[in-house]
Amino acid sequence: MNAHDLAQQLIYGLSVGATYALIALGYTMVYGTLRLINFAHGDVYMVGAVTGFYVAGWVSQWSIPIWLMLIVVLICSASACAVLGYGIERFAYRPLRSRPRLVLLITAIGVSLLLENAFQLPQLFGATPRHYPQQMTSELLLPVGFLGLTRLDVLSLSLSIILVGMLTWIVLRTRMGLALRAVSFRFDTATLMGINTDRVISFTFVFGSALAAVAGVLNAIRYQVDPLMGIMWGLKAFIAAVLGGIGSVSGALLGGLVLGIVETLLRGYFLPARYSGYSDGAAFVILILILLFKPSGLLGKTTIEKV
Amino acid sequence: MTEINARPSSRILPAWAGNLGILLVIAAMWPLNKVIQDQINPYVVQILTLIGINIVMATSLNLINGITGQFSLGHAGFAAVGAYTTGVVINYLAAHDSLAGHEWIAMSLLLPLGGLIAAAMGLLVGIPTLRLKGDYLAVATLGFGEIIRIVITNTNAIGPFEVRGSQGLRVPVLADLFWVYLWVAVCVAGIWRLVHSTMGKAFLAVREDEIAATAMGVNTTFFKVLAFAIGAFFAGVAGGLQATAFILIDPKGFGFIQSVLFVVMVVLGGSGSITGVVLAAVVLTWLPEQLRSLKSLHVEDLRMVIFSLLLIGMMLVRPEGLLGRRELWWTRRKMATAQIPRSTDTAPPISSTGP
Amino acid sequence: MRWNFAAALLAVSFLMVGCKKHPQASDEIVVGEFGSLTGATATFGQASHEGLALALEQINKNGGILGKQVRVITEDDASDANQAVNVVQKLVNSDGVVGVIGEVASKRSLAGGGICEKYKCPMLSPSSTNPDVTVEGGKVKSYVFRICFTDTFQGSINGQFGAAQGWKSVAMMTNVDEDYSKGLAKSFKAEFSKTGKIVAEESYSGDTQDFKAQLNRIKQQNPDAVYIPGYYNEVGLILPQAKQIGLSVPFFGGDGWDSPLTLKLPEAQGNFYSDHYSPDDNRPESQEFVKLFRAKYNKTPDAMAVLGYDAMRVMADAIKRAGKADRQAVTDALAQTKDFPGASGAISIDAEHNARKPIVILQLKDSKAALFKTFQPE
Repeated sequence: MNAHDLAQQLIYGLSVGATYALIALGYTMVYGTLRLINFAHGDVYMVGAVTGFYVAGWVSQWSIPIWLMLIVVLICSASACAVLGYGIERFAYRPLRSRPRLVLLITAIGVSLLLENAFQLPQLFGATPRHYPQQMTSELLLPVGFLGLTRLDVLSLSLSIILVGMLTWIVLRTRMGLALRAVSFRFDTATLMGINTDRVISFTFVFGSALAAVAGVLNAIRYQVDPLMGIMWGLKAFIAAVLGGIGSVSGALLGGLVLGIVETLLRGYFLPARYSGYSDGAAFVILILILLFKPSGLLGKTTIEKV
Repeated sequence: MTEINARPSSRILPAWAGNLGILLVIAAMWPLNKVIQDQINPYVVQILTLIGINIVMATSLNLINGITGQFSLGHAGFAAVGAYTTGVVINYLAAHDSLAGHEWIAMSLLLPLGGLIAAAMGLLVGIPTLRLKGDYLAVATLGFGEIIRIVITNTNAIGPFEVRGSQGLRVPVLADLFWVYLWVAVCVAGIWRLVHSTMGKAFLAVREDEIAATAMGVNTTFFKVLAFAIGAFFAGVAGGLQATAFILIDPKGFGFIQSVLFVVMVVLGGSGSITGVVLAAVVLTWLPEQLRSLKSLHVEDLRMVIFSLLLIGMMLVRPEGLLGRRELWWTRRKMATAQIPRSTDTAPPISSTGP
Repeated sequence: MRWNFAAALLAVSFLMVGCKKHPQASDEIVVGEFGSLTGATATFGQASHEGLALALEQINKNGGILGKQVRVITEDDASDANQAVNVVQKLVNSDGVVGVIGEVASKRSLAGGGICEKYKCPMLSPSSTNPDVTVEGGKVKSYVFRICFTDTFQGSINGQFGAAQGWKSVAMMTNVDEDYSKGLAKSFKAEFSKTGKIVAEESYSGDTQDFKAQLNRIKQQNPDAVYIPGYYNEVGLILPQAKQIGLSVPFFGGDGWDSPLTLKLPEAQGNFYSDHYSPDDNRPESQEFVKLFRAKYNKTPDAMAVLGYDAMRVMADAIKRAGKADRQAVTDALAQTKDFPGASGAISIDAEHNARKPIVILQLKDSKAALFKTFQPE
């Protein structure tokens, strides 16, 4: 395989990694504040894709340009997921916040199972995978004439960089960001300092869910919509967050891109063809290795366990 | 923590009587088994088999999650290891004409073998990961479970042993109710006695407060790893039973969802309550079978939705599970004297330190 | 108090399980069906069930069998092999059915077939194509039959088709999670290698969503066509991605492609797949079935629907020829099925309990599957 193909595989990896990064941000923010692995986050991503599917079916009847359609779809599904994320936190997690963390974790698994199974009901979506309207997908998946890159790849890469930039700006430059940093630094002290921790936590859920919805729509256009699409992508995005250093915004981006590249290269470059089935295990091996040797991740701060 | 002192079995009977009782029950199962196999509808036998296997799975997970306070999300992975070890070796024996006539010996050796290999895997997983806490441990075990499944899926044969990966492995049916309930008895009684022994206090101490336990001289890592290995052993045996009771094993049957189902059993039954978890395993295996006859209400489609709602509702209303940490026969008075804490609040939900 | 309640619940539950026996009423004939109505392959299970329900309606409207009405007890196995064992146990031993129809997927037919062999109850699979379903260790199973062709046959027909199209080099992409996919690939390779060359053998797993890495390697080999012995959901992902990376050669596959999803897929148009029947078939049995199906469900039946329909009718025919609702008699009658006028073609059960039937190659055109070529069994 020559350099051209290597570059091509790198680009596929980057565009897959960009969506991992978008989902990973949600994991990282929630973990930063609540120390909770929000198992339902992958399913919020799925709900984003499903909402987008219905909105796209409705919008594609209007005669408006594709980019406008896409914006409407993205905004609608991001807002729907923001509401969903807020609701999950408000009604399932908040009443349990004083309980041991395992209770929260089990509740998160419960919410995840609920979303997966509810959306398999034919009344909501059904078990069969479906595609977005063709006029949308064919237009967005046009190659831009450079190493097999499509418009969607360019879009998802730039979107995730812009959104990460925006989040970094919020975290570093706004009052909400200051409160967020305070809460994630020390929860109880932040409360004592008069920070409305409920608002901060709601914010992380709302913003994280909206980002997941964006990833959901992008991936649904690229692949398809399926009520179980969130399980694997959610897990892998979480691994990306751990890889980058959980709690770190730029770490999520880095972790996502690295994971995407590693997976694609393994599948298309390093592993012989008949073993590419194993590449799905790569993410889990990375997870275990990082947990063992550098649990703080690539960009995370090393913390010392104290009594 | 006074609960640790409550040892109902030892108060009613001396220990040797308990042991004798268990032996008698096991001995009685052999003739009873023949009667049951001949008299009862095979469909009911099938459900009873499944219930027994799930009891072993849930009880052994309870040792890890409920009693030692760790959180494993990869229990089905250990069952897969046991199932494939037992299944693969039985198939090898059958192919070399050394199985016929020796089924009894094969079962009594191969089920523990599957358990031992799973326990070895448990050590392999446990030693490095158990220094992780709570949800990190959950994800690490989940990762290991998935790796085991992916490796089995992609493996066709190991040396002379056929694994057949994704195609599913057919195994001769050797497990009857005797084998299943023999192991149910061994597992439940064994874990019961372990928990109620002096050593058992160490497991509970790890759950209640790791730092205090260390201060009291409990080697917490050792007990966590031990719990993990014992749990994995019984999961491996349960896997072996499944392999020899269900005609075909399939790596898909040992996935993440299956692990979650066992966690649900432990949580609903009451983490730490052995009888509660057994009860939950029975009900949660039996209930879906009963729901089959209610097809007109479309309960079938809603089954998993109901399960997940049950789980969330349980966590919101009664996070300690149906029985909490009590055992079935503990009365209210006993509860009052035992002073069981309502929840496991040991640390604030947010610790100032990272993983 | 609480545990008293729990114990009572437990006791009642066992009583209910113990008592649940449906004695077979003498005025009806009870047949069992097990299928994946939910879970990963729900689409197949539901389609097959729709065809079966249509056949049942027709049979009962025409006076049933042997003067009795037929009742079908349907059980869902949620696409899971362990549950398949459970539900077949229930059908055979609790519901006392005279015969079992199912499953779509081979893995679950293997599991369910084990129970049917053990309790000597005939089982008829509508569409399990794995050779092992009816033959185990070189020995034909006494009680398990099917009304479709095997993977071995289908794969080698795909190979013949590739050769007949004049393709010299073909790349393959196999799902390592599925026996079906591996089985087709193996016999395809054996057949096609006689005349052409397999230039790439790529693989993927059931969880894979991004296939560009594999497709890109295929593209470098510049094959004449790509063989994808996968299922419709994978095909729905692979074909659009192939177009994105500019791999524009013909794709073809087996009956796993058959689904409304593939029909509607714009990137699939012009490609080929082999199947059990074509809605264009102008034999009267096929035409009547398509008409009835459209009237009842308002859509065009796919291959799973037609096989579900035929399975019910073949089973009914066997019970009629047996003259009584007796498991052994029905088994013998099934084995002697010859030239049954099925909607998917004339069905004869051979010595290995497989159906000898023609196989069709369909080409996707304008969101329809048009009959391209028919291969007769040798």
